[in-house]
Amino acid sequence: MKKENHSAYWKANLRLVSICMFFWFLCSYGFGILFVEALNSIQIGGFKLGFWFAQQGSIYIFVILIFFYAWRINKIDQKYNVHED
Amino acid sequence: MELKSLTYLIVGASFVLYIGIAIWSRAHNTKEFYVAGKTVSPIANGMATAADWMSAASFISMAGLIAFLGYDASVYLMGWTGGYVLLALFLAPYLRKFGKFTVPEFIGERYYSKVARIVAVICLIFVSFTYVAGQMRGVGIVFSRFLEVEVTVGLIIGMGIVFIYAVLGGMKGITYTQVAQYCVLIFAYTVPAVFIAIQITDNPIPQLAFGSTITESGVGLLDKLDSIVTSLGFNQYTTGTKSKIDIFCITLALMAGTAGLPHVIVRFFTVPKVKDARTSAGFALLFIAVLYTTAPAVGVMARYNLINTIQEGQVGAIDGNLLYSERPEWMERWEKTKLLQFEDKNGDGRIQYYNDQNQSFAKTAHVFGWEGNELTVDRDIMVLANPEMAKAPDWVIALVAAGGIAAALSTAAGLLLVISAAISHDLVKGIFLPNISEKNELRVGRIAAAAAILIAGYLGFDPPGWVAQVVAFAFGLAAASLFPAILLGIFFKRVNKEGAIAGMIVGLLFTYAYIEYFKGLFLKWAGSPWGENIASNWWLGISPEGIGVIGMLLNFVVAISISYMTAPPPDHIKYMVENIRIPRINE
Repeated sequence: MKKENHSAYWKANLRLVSICMFFWFLCSYGFGILFVEALNSIQIGGFKLGFWFAQQGSIYIFVILIFFYAWRINKIDQKYNVHED
Repeated sequence: MELKSLTYLIVGASFVLYIGIAIWSRAHNTKEFYVAGKTVSPIANGMATAADWMSAASFISMAGLIAFLGYDASVYLMGWTGGYVLLALFLAPYLRKFGKFTVPEFIGERYYSKVARIVAVICLIFVSFTYVAGQMRGVGIVFSRFLEVEVTVGLIIGMGIVFIYAVLGGMKGITYTQVAQYCVLIFAYTVPAVFIAIQITDNPIPQLAFGSTITESGVGLLDKLDSIVTSLGFNQYTTGTKSKIDIFCITLALMAGTAGLPHVIVRFFTVPKVKDARTSAGFALLFIAVLYTTAPAVGVMARYNLINTIQEGQVGAIDGNLLYSERPEWMERWEKTKLLQFEDKNGDGRIQYYNDQNQSFAKTAHVFGWEGNELTVDRDIMVLANPEMAKAPDWVIALVAAGGIAAALSTAAGLLLVISAAISHDLVKGIFLPNISEKNELRVGRIAAAAAILIAGYLGFDPPGWVAQVVAFAFGLAAASLFPAILLGIFFKRVNKEGAIAGMIVGLLFTYAYIEYFKGLFLKWAGSPWGENIASNWWLGISPEGIGVIGMLLNFVVAISISYMTAPPPDHIKYMVENIRIPRINE
């Protein structure tokens, strides 16, 4: 029982990590590097979108991702009853 | 009050604050000395991490680098922030759960091997020393520019201050001084940026201002900058010149390197719980992002300001360029430091600033009667002269000096602490004298910190010619050696001692060899660099800055395949890995 619970917890964690890494990759390597030319043809508020992602947007998303991960994983800790005190 | 006395006053006041905090937060035992007693709140740790992370280079040089590189500089912006996502998701919470003092200690225990621990100590010392040398130099330079003392005198004052709070206070003293230093440096960075943003665009928020329109002409700032730099033969600001694969690899090497830097990782050992390690990484990046999102705005505005000052009228018109005799006061002041230099090549008494390396623009320039670029501008000026360009009051200029010193001191102190901990805890207690008493270990730690300061001071006083090159090496090394070893240790139970050691050594040697081949580090006497450092020579088109990624991949492949060829790790190690993965084990 205990061991199964732990491996289920670990799987849930890995799933959450994969989701976060997808967005991590998309906003920096995707929008900021690989597809930068395509996005640069879109202009929002004085910024070419690809350039904005490379120098601003990716950083904001990184911050949001870490807090999102911390919030979700704390819930998962509770669900599997492995949270600290 | 005169600018110089105002600067002395503000910098002096900041020193009194740091030393006061150091005395208040003295370390009394090894736990306080290495990890601040594991009692630091996640927000305070986030601020301390941010100050630790943002060095003199981030504070002084980064915006200037962006100003001249444009889009290509995005590798630094993404690379030095995205690594925190890796830290928060893959390393920090688990290493906190492991609950010991140092990075080599984790590697040594996870791979049940003193050899692995020694390899990790070697990586750590190399990475940290290359870094700290640059910091001490930064301290010396800031002192000499703002307080008008010799670089050496500045260096000695800086060493003295770091000595007091790193040796006395250990991690506890460093943490709380770094919190204060973060406040000083971020205030000093953003205030001039707000001044210059208002001056150019009327929008006080720099992050928005650089996408706004210029007040006097109503044209978009970025559009205007793109068109004016291309009309002077420079590359367009918002698009790059580097190849995609190179941009990709440099960014990834910087991210993985960031996550593998011991002085950053160890900060997450200081918070009370696993949960705190996760949120603390978020706060750290939030505090870092304040500076990192301001820097590209400063870069754009400073570049525009510079060109707009010089290119007053139409490009190519006879009276289009600024008369040297009518140059603004700040240019005169920075000419004295030789960081800004003018040479009237065509003898017309006006300043021409354009890209004379661009062959296709040479003809146009010739028609204009221009005979070469006449103004050389050191990149570091962009932040340091910013308040003067924006005509900000003197106290803002004094504040920038205090901010630059805070950035350099906080990073130097954090690096010196991980070096001293690696020596006293990993080498002396872990390998040579396992029975050493806590009191003596603390003493050894303090002596090691003092010795590290002296060596760092010497390196800063007389930096080997390759200091600039080794920064890329420090990241490549961390990405190719420490980062994979820790990541596999947590996420891959099957990886054993043999695999991890082989992986670290292969990653390390490959990365080192590639950088040595193209840039030359230690084997200059034997004729290195052997290859010309140009894109057509690079393997797969990857520059030495980005090669750490290949080193990292090699490390992963070697570590996993060797592990499957040799005996699996013992059961107690598998149990230990399971234990660090779960915040609380139900018994």
